[in-house]
Amino acid sequence: MMASSYNAKEEDGNPSSATVHGGAGTVKNKKPDNTAFKQQRLPAWQPILTAGTVLPAFFVIGLIFIPIGIGLFVTSNNIKEFEACLYSVYSKYSFSSLSTLQIDYTGVDLSSPCFNCSQNYIWNSTTPCTCSVPFSLDQPFESNVFMYYGLSNFYQNHRRYVKSRDDSQLNGDLSSLKNPSKECEPYRTSENKPIAPCGAIANSLFNDTLDLYYIDPNGSRTAIPLVKKGIAWWTDKHVKFRNPAGNNLTVVFQGTSKPVNWRKPVYELDPSDSDNNGFINEDFIVWMRTAALPTFRKLYRIIQKKPNNMSPTLPRGQYILDVTYNYPVRSFEGRKRMILSTISWMGGKNPFLGIAYITVGSVCFFLGIVLLIIHHKYGNRNNNADIPN
Amino acid sequence: MFIGALFTTAKETRSREHEKDLRILVSNLPYEGLPKTKQPNRYFPGNAVKTTKYSLWFFIPMNLYEQFHRFANLYFVGLAVLNFVPAVEAFQPEVAIVPICVMLALTALKDGWEDCRRFRSDRRINHTSCRVYSRKVSGFVERHWKDVRVGDLVEVASNEIIPADLLLLHTSDLNGVCHIETASLDGETNLKRRLVVPGLNTQDSSFEPQNFHCTVAVEKPNDNLNQFKGYIETSDMKRLGFGIDSLLPRGCTVRNTDLATGFVVYTGHETKSMMNKNGPQYKRSKLECKMNIDVLFCVILLFSMCLIGALGHYVWLESLPSVPLFLTPGSHGHMDSNPLSGLYMFFTMIILLQIFIPISLYVSIEMVKMGQIFFITNDVDLYEEKTDSRVQCRALNIPEDLGNIHYVFSDKTGTLTENKMVFRRCSVTGTEYSHNENGKSGKLPSRTGWTLEDDQEPEAVQQSQEGQQPHSGGGHHRNKETGNAQGKAAFSSPLETEVVPDRKLLQRVLAGGGDWDGCGGIRRCEATDLYLDFFLALTVCNTVVVSTATTARAQRQRVPSLFQSPGEVLQTALQKMFVFSRLCHTLSSWQPMTEDLDTDHNSGCHHSAAGDQTSHRHQSTSEIDISAQRCYVAESPDEAALVHAAKVYGFMLIARTPNSVKVRLPHGVELNYQVLDTLNFDPHRKRMSVVLRHPISGEIVMYTKGADYTVMDKLIWACLNTAQKNVAASTQRHLNWYAKEGLHTLCFAKKVLSESAYKNWSLLRQEALAAIDNREELLMETAVNLEKQLTLLGATGIEDRLQECVPDTVMALREAGVRLWVLTGDKAETAINIAHASRLLDQEDLVIHMNTDDKAVCKSILDRSLEEGRRHTRPGYPGLSIGLVIDGHTLDMALQSDLVDRFLELARLCRSVLCCRVTPLQKSTVVKVVRERLKVMTLAVGDGANDVNMIQAADVGIGISGQEGMQAVMASDFSISCFKHMKKLLLVHGHWCNSRLSNMAIYFFYKNVTYVNLLFWYQFFCGFSGTSMIDIWLLIFFNLFFTSTPPIMFGVMDRDVSAETLLGLPELYRTGHESEGYSHFTFWIAMLDAFYQSLVCFFIPYLTYQGTDIDIYTFGSSMNTVSLFNILLHLAIEIKSWTLVHWVTMLGSVALYFTVTLVYSATCISCNPPSDPYWTTQQQMSEPIFYLVCVITTVVALLPRFTYRVLSNTLAPTPLIRARHLERLDPAIREQWIKEWRGFRGGPQGGRSYQKQTQEQEPSRITPTLSITNNHLGTPTRSAVRHHHNVEL
Repeated sequence: MMASSYNAKEEDGNPSSATVHGGAGTVKNKKPDNTAFKQQRLPAWQPILTAGTVLPAFFVIGLIFIPIGIGLFVTSNNIKEFEACLYSVYSKYSFSSLSTLQIDYTGVDLSSPCFNCSQNYIWNSTTPCTCSVPFSLDQPFESNVFMYYGLSNFYQNHRRYVKSRDDSQLNGDLSSLKNPSKECEPYRTSENKPIAPCGAIANSLFNDTLDLYYIDPNGSRTAIPLVKKGIAWWTDKHVKFRNPAGNNLTVVFQGTSKPVNWRKPVYELDPSDSDNNGFINEDFIVWMRTAALPTFRKLYRIIQKKPNNMSPTLPRGQYILDVTYNYPVRSFEGRKRMILSTISWMGGKNPFLGIAYITVGSVCFFLGIVLLIIHHKYGNRNNNADIPN
Repeated sequence: MFIGALFTTAKETRSREHEKDLRILVSNLPYEGLPKTKQPNRYFPGNAVKTTKYSLWFFIPMNLYEQFHRFANLYFVGLAVLNFVPAVEAFQPEVAIVPICVMLALTALKDGWEDCRRFRSDRRINHTSCRVYSRKVSGFVERHWKDVRVGDLVEVASNEIIPADLLLLHTSDLNGVCHIETASLDGETNLKRRLVVPGLNTQDSSFEPQNFHCTVAVEKPNDNLNQFKGYIETSDMKRLGFGIDSLLPRGCTVRNTDLATGFVVYTGHETKSMMNKNGPQYKRSKLECKMNIDVLFCVILLFSMCLIGALGHYVWLESLPSVPLFLTPGSHGHMDSNPLSGLYMFFTMIILLQIFIPISLYVSIEMVKMGQIFFITNDVDLYEEKTDSRVQCRALNIPEDLGNIHYVFSDKTGTLTENKMVFRRCSVTGTEYSHNENGKSGKLPSRTGWTLEDDQEPEAVQQSQEGQQPHSGGGHHRNKETGNAQGKAAFSSPLETEVVPDRKLLQRVLAGGGDWDGCGGIRRCEATDLYLDFFLALTVCNTVVVSTATTARAQRQRVPSLFQSPGEVLQTALQKMFVFSRLCHTLSSWQPMTEDLDTDHNSGCHHSAAGDQTSHRHQSTSEIDISAQRCYVAESPDEAALVHAAKVYGFMLIARTPNSVKVRLPHGVELNYQVLDTLNFDPHRKRMSVVLRHPISGEIVMYTKGADYTVMDKLIWACLNTAQKNVAASTQRHLNWYAKEGLHTLCFAKKVLSESAYKNWSLLRQEALAAIDNREELLMETAVNLEKQLTLLGATGIEDRLQECVPDTVMALREAGVRLWVLTGDKAETAINIAHASRLLDQEDLVIHMNTDDKAVCKSILDRSLEEGRRHTRPGYPGLSIGLVIDGHTLDMALQSDLVDRFLELARLCRSVLCCRVTPLQKSTVVKVVRERLKVMTLAVGDGANDVNMIQAADVGIGISGQEGMQAVMASDFSISCFKHMKKLLLVHGHWCNSRLSNMAIYFFYKNVTYVNLLFWYQFFCGFSGTSMIDIWLLIFFNLFFTSTPPIMFGVMDRDVSAETLLGLPELYRTGHESEGYSHFTFWIAMLDAFYQSLVCFFIPYLTYQGTDIDIYTFGSSMNTVSLFNILLHLAIEIKSWTLVHWVTMLGSVALYFTVTLVYSATCISCNPPSDPYWTTQQQMSEPIFYLVCVITTVVALLPRFTYRVLSNTLAPTPLIRARHLERLDPAIREQWIKEWRGFRGGPQGGRSYQKQTQEQEPSRITPTLSITNNHLGTPTRSAVRHHHNVEL
């Protein structure tokens, strides 16, 4: 303890020298620098939060939030979104300015057209089950219409599920193709061949097929053209997902196995378009971007506005949704929906944000008034009188 | 020496047993050049020191081992390891170890850097050169320190540092004396005298190391600096014992001695200095203790959250009708059973939510404390020009405790007072000599340029001094100016020399001298003899060393131009003396008063023949004096003061060797007394004695000096005649009077010994000296045996002035709600006087005085006083403040288990408590009792070795680097150079550190909880599967980088109230005691707020994005951004003053966050396999809804806290807020308000007393109205006295 000073002195840099060479000049003055920083006197802004000082802030927040909220609310309300329970389609919906339509085709109820299909549990059944869901539009969709499929109660965010993928493989890495990451277990290999694409996410790829037909008043069915490109993020399609190098995908994927739940290998996902086949199949890419919450929708198709044609994208009238029912959701009490929406700039219909803005704006405004009163009553005391009574 | 016939057989066996504990060493010289295996001393370690903790190769494992002793580190490492278990892993295990690795690496880096510094300093020390005797060249050769071995003979010259513990064999001094300075060992700057091993015949001029064939036996190395024993066995089998007096410890510096040769007994790590080296002790601050409890709460919360997660997962699994698509089996291919999954989930959750326990908190707090200490040590107000010292923080982890002190325990001498003694009064043979002139040289506003003027024109000075004497003197001030040079040279500063002799006494002495032929008191006049004896006792009864080595001293003087030699001051005094001496017609016999360089060593006496040359010799001699000043180096300032006082009366100490002391008497006679023995001062006897043989008469005389009661008790009361009894009584009266005036009192007595009595005693003494066990007790016993039947000579009163600004500081501390206790070894009267002078007690105060030997009485006093005290301190009753004065004996009783509660209760009612005549042990007991029983924060401040216990017992120990060496400083947590610094240290730095650190700690808890809870809420939407929606890297970086700097800056630099206001309004300090600091309440409020904010931060984005196609990492990244803004803006509400640094760190954090996130999500395509952050941020930032979410979430999350702050600041502003308002006012108006505020708070009494304090500068003018002076001696059981009310208890 005592000798630590001995050490400290030597550490300070004047061990024996100060005493041996001595002299007044060598002793360093220890006086601290008198700078604003070291003396903790830096110029500072010292706001005091009192009613008087923050009053304007509350009013400003109120005045900004309320209009924003109203704007959001109105916009959101313009996006009409309806859920259609299919067994009573014709009678129930007759709205104006209909912009979003949700159709639950899970087939839980006996009366539902897809009830029979939903009872079928087999993934790989070679005979696909199909069902048709009729619905009608009272209002035409004017602009581009986005077609989604929605799943409920599907935990794409389960920890093990989220991890179960190999991004290198999906990025076209050949070694990963042949030897997928451990994370893919137990969907890593099948029959001693590596699975491409491996992992639980790919394995559970949504494989219903949805087709939309317009029923002419004369009863004939017209297929609505559904565009399947441009549904994934551009960066995903062009950067993140890549097919392994090689001209012929069939050759490239030789020696790999298809995921166990799949009916066809990855290089046959869209044989019609080589730019949409293999890992860069957009349906696949969209599925691979796992949803944040157990109830989610994913973009399925785009119904493009007809060019140079004044007629609406989807005119009012009767439609039929043809479903090739492959995806079993009964095992987790899930629901499947088809959603048609004209996306506004704020995503889907969501009045929440608007309401929140209006509420918060009002609260702030109200608080502002309360504080004004308080400031009027007590504020003066604070500014000069500090003697408590 | 301890062998032989004296010992019984039993003792002999014991001594043999002791020999096992001894080390037998021989000289290396005969073995020089032989291989190592032949060396006799090869088993002892070398002299190289290694203070580094680690070696280069094993740094990493050793440092890790060290770090894992911390529980928190183990916890986090455990979690990281747990993450490697596949069943429970929450993150990629490789990534999850990053934070703990960063923490460990940071700490390792710090440790490594410190170790590197130690290594370099070691290397420098080890390569210092010294001279070791070599047989080959028959002389001393240069060697490195590290090559010195046990058994070597080493030569050290003046001003060199001693390389190893040496046994002193030879010095260039004829008497075998070597002076060393042990400042580096124990901090004491005075010279210590070391002697060649007694009996060893090496002092003849030709000491040949080659001929040293003795065997040296020493005890095993130990860390006791004051103990060392062993013996030398000479070739003729004679054993010569030696003690600490012959040891030259490593690290000390040789002074005043040209050459010293020593035998190396201990080397390297076995030396005293190295054995004493231990790092700063670890104290845990109160805040940290509270915090640890809260960490425990966090652990409980964490576990319950994990339990919820585990149960939730189980229930969720149970609710699934069958195995769904998304449920992935483990790598083994099948699902675990639901309960097992639940169990696994528990651990996964712990890993996931681990930052609930803030990993970075401890590291951050350490960094913040380092920053705070940097600012404390750099405070220019706490810098002392005189000693060129800053405040030192020795304990690095308790700066915030300074802001939370309830009780301050202070030493008196050297802490409240300057401990620079001035001879003030003396009483000889019952006659009092008041020395009025000295008393008046009090405090005066300083005048610059005084010293220079003084240096150049001694005559003018003398005049001005004389002119001013009645009012001022200014000498005190001058001392301050020169103190920096002199302060280091022990107690030889001019102050003590500057004694103006009392006219009456001087006449008396000189008259007495006229009758006395100076040659040994052959003709005796009783009265005169007593005067002579009195001054002789003053001169010789001490351990003062005369140092004439100007060169050694001069090197240490920093400002030589300002330096005024003591000699010159003496000269001034001498000239003054002339004025008196002219009146006394004793001019002719007066000459020897002037300094004479003639230093012949002849014993006996001679008349100086200078005669009437005196007057014109003045100028010339005084000049020589400056160059060859005679420094008195004393162990305590009292001694120096006494020697200087005696010198003024013509009794001058000329030289002191171990066996003789040379004194010059007023008439120029120089006597060389043989010192037969010195009975050193010890705290039990409280006195010291010197046994002398008169050079001429051969008479053996013992002079004793000591505390009044220890000497008075030993007088030969029985055979006193009436006159002597009267003398004793009046001396006692004077002593009491001195004590009341606040003077240090000392009694002097003598005893004439017969030759035979001395011989008998001497035998016993030798035996005691030779004893190796309980030598101390034996020595004391012999001393007590001799010190009885004394004849009273007189008494002295030495003044110890109050330090600068003490009353002001005490007042400020009092207003700050701190209770001050003064614990002193002095008499009650002295203590009370000082207490009044330093404003500890006011004149109006009710003072309860407890001094009794009877426990029952003690109890009744306690009861009565309690009743009285309660009556006065009833709420609403504007009662008096109470002071308690308690005596050491009484304190012992009061602290016994049955009375201690009552005593503390009473003490709690008292504003200040004085404990008098307490021992160091009692001091620490009091501190401990108060600290433990009352559960309060205590601070002890002291400057001497006797305060060490107390300093270590208190929560915070402050050492004052004053006159009494450095032990107190070494034991302390903070060291300051004077008491007044306490004010800023506590009121400003304490407050700041406390508020900063508590705010920061709370904020850290809040921050982590807010952030981690996001993950927790997410579990409700992912089937409690332990998913983190935030990318692991961003998650780690968030805590590690994005949000770490602003709170640290906040903890180091935030300033709620300016220093000026804190000093102006000491009562703001109380806020640290109350709610403002860190408390469990604020912790829980912060936790609630954290839960609320995390709910908002999670559910607003959730409700917004619900049902959309948002992917998991986009969702997480929006939440991440929202919490960043939330967490930073929360801090913005808490920050009280925004300096440039704050702006930079806040904006820098935001910028860093966006840069890192954007770069990361733009480049990480598959860099971090399972997670998928690619382009998420960019995608999100292109959508306006993201910004809308950010804005609304932050506003909603912070609205309650913000509103609460605004409302509380407006409706019920705390004193701190009001103080902040004050700061905005115009300085003049502010002054006004501060006055009114203080006036209101302190009540009329407080305000008045403060005013009074500013008027009354001189402490001695305040005379106590205590009426116990006279009866005190006779009635020791007198219990309580009240100042005004005079109620007898």
